[in-house]
Amino acid sequence: MERARTPVVGGWFTESGPDGEFRLLGTRCSACGSVFFPREDTFCRNPGCRGGELAEVPLSKRGRVWSYTDGRYRPPAPYVSDPDVPWEPYTLLAVELAAERMVVLGQAAPGVTVADLAVGMEVEVVPGVLDGDTATEPVRTTWRFRPVGVDG
Amino acid sequence: MSREIAVLGAGMHPWGKWGRSFVEYGTVAARAALADAGLEWQDIDSVVGADTVRSGYPGYVAGATFAQALGWQGARVTSVYAACASGAQAIGAARAQILAGLADVVLVVGADAAPKGFFAPAGGDRPDDPDWLRFRVLGATNPAYFALYARRRMAVYGDTAEDFALVKVKNAAAGLLNPMARYRKAVTAEEVAASAVVADPLRLLDICATSDGAAALVLCSMEFARARGVTDPVRIRAVSTVTPVYPRTVLDLPDIATDSAVAVEPAAGSFRSSIARAAYEEAGLGPEDLSLAEVYDLSTALELEWYEDIGLCGEGEGAKLVREGATALGGRVPVNASGGLASFGEAVPAQAIAQVCELTWQLRGTAGERQVPGARAGITANQGLFGHGSAVVAVR
Repeated sequence: MERARTPVVGGWFTESGPDGEFRLLGTRCSACGSVFFPREDTFCRNPGCRGGELAEVPLSKRGRVWSYTDGRYRPPAPYVSDPDVPWEPYTLLAVELAAERMVVLGQAAPGVTVADLAVGMEVEVVPGVLDGDTATEPVRTTWRFRPVGVDG
Repeated sequence: MSREIAVLGAGMHPWGKWGRSFVEYGTVAARAALADAGLEWQDIDSVVGADTVRSGYPGYVAGATFAQALGWQGARVTSVYAACASGAQAIGAARAQILAGLADVVLVVGADAAPKGFFAPAGGDRPDDPDWLRFRVLGATNPAYFALYARRRMAVYGDTAEDFALVKVKNAAAGLLNPMARYRKAVTAEEVAASAVVADPLRLLDICATSDGAAALVLCSMEFARARGVTDPVRIRAVSTVTPVYPRTVLDLPDIATDSAVAVEPAAGSFRSSIARAAYEEAGLGPEDLSLAEVYDLSTALELEWYEDIGLCGEGEGAKLVREGATALGGRVPVNASGGLASFGEAVPAQAIAQVCELTWQLRGTAGERQVPGARAGITANQGLFGHGSAVVAVR
């Protein structure tokens, strides 16, 4: 039986964006045009804005690497990882989205290491699995960044 | 300057991993500061505690916790939490009370017993908490953020891992001379390079440890100091506790994304530089007037960024400054003469207070072997999680 797939956080991404592809979801203020990720659903945070409707909006699929690093040591809870399994470093990317003029953090797709990356490189957002590797737990889905033109 | 306050006393509990309660550390530091001021605890009008949120319930109400440990005596009490800026906010609260005439003499205390390893958010499922989210969704530890800044500097300014190591070598050399520091041992660039990578490009010796420790200050009005016969005290001339200005365009702890700049053009300069700018404006002096600075070297690379943000050099020139030795003891403007977090480790609510203790000793000329000759003015700079600024300017 296929295990349940649950987003690690609800409403932050969709598997079926405008072009039928995976997209991060933010919100946009109808009054000032500010975009928020993670989504801001209550009040526009622009201090000069009197406030508008905050509507869901898919973010750019591609962006450029602002910076990157990795995690050579196991992060503490609430990060979920099996202490009995040797730690596999993850790669972390900060990506500049030109249209939204913002930087978004995300883990790299599996297999992408810091050696594969450079500041300014073009990357795209792709679906991924965060955790839930044991048979009893649902799979937690997330977003990942991957250099453009790399399969995986 | 009518808006100045005096530093009458400064005290610390040595930094380390002592395995005892933050209350004990804070009480030791408080008693040391009181003794330094020549005052009894009963002389204190008001006590301000900088909170820790990792030491159980008492940490949330540190002011009262320290007051109880010292013996209830009816003083006004305040507790403040602003993460790494807690100490500066405690000093800010004390100053406001003194300048408003609500208290003549105030005891400020910050202490922590830090957990082993990475700092982590408090327990429980809290998906509305950005600090919880960055760990749960990304596993993004504090060193991961420091590493993102470090890598960015390498790409934009051409900084190298060797430049970063120079900061550790420099701060270890200063910390060696400080009896309050946890690490009192010289470190070589080779040792930094040989230490394990924590978050590429930063290695273990590029990143500050978590420590136990405490620091305290006795602050008072200029009139109170004069009445005590202290005619030329170290004076606090500015306390900056500013927030960022929207849109914040540099990724910062604990956020997963920056603000979008589509609707509002970002202000010139960084949040970190605005912290120092506010302090300089309030103090009526500038970076050219500094004898020394204490900055929050959570990582070696971050110290270079602070050089630029407090105006010691232009953007991207931080590495040049450390290479030239300008920020070492004996240099043009020593930075982290105390040894910095590199030598102390992080005891969150204490550190911003400890920075002011160091300025106090330096400006008094009592810093011993690490004394900056003829020190007349200094700044501290630090930044708290969730957008808390922290800088203090002290003069003599």
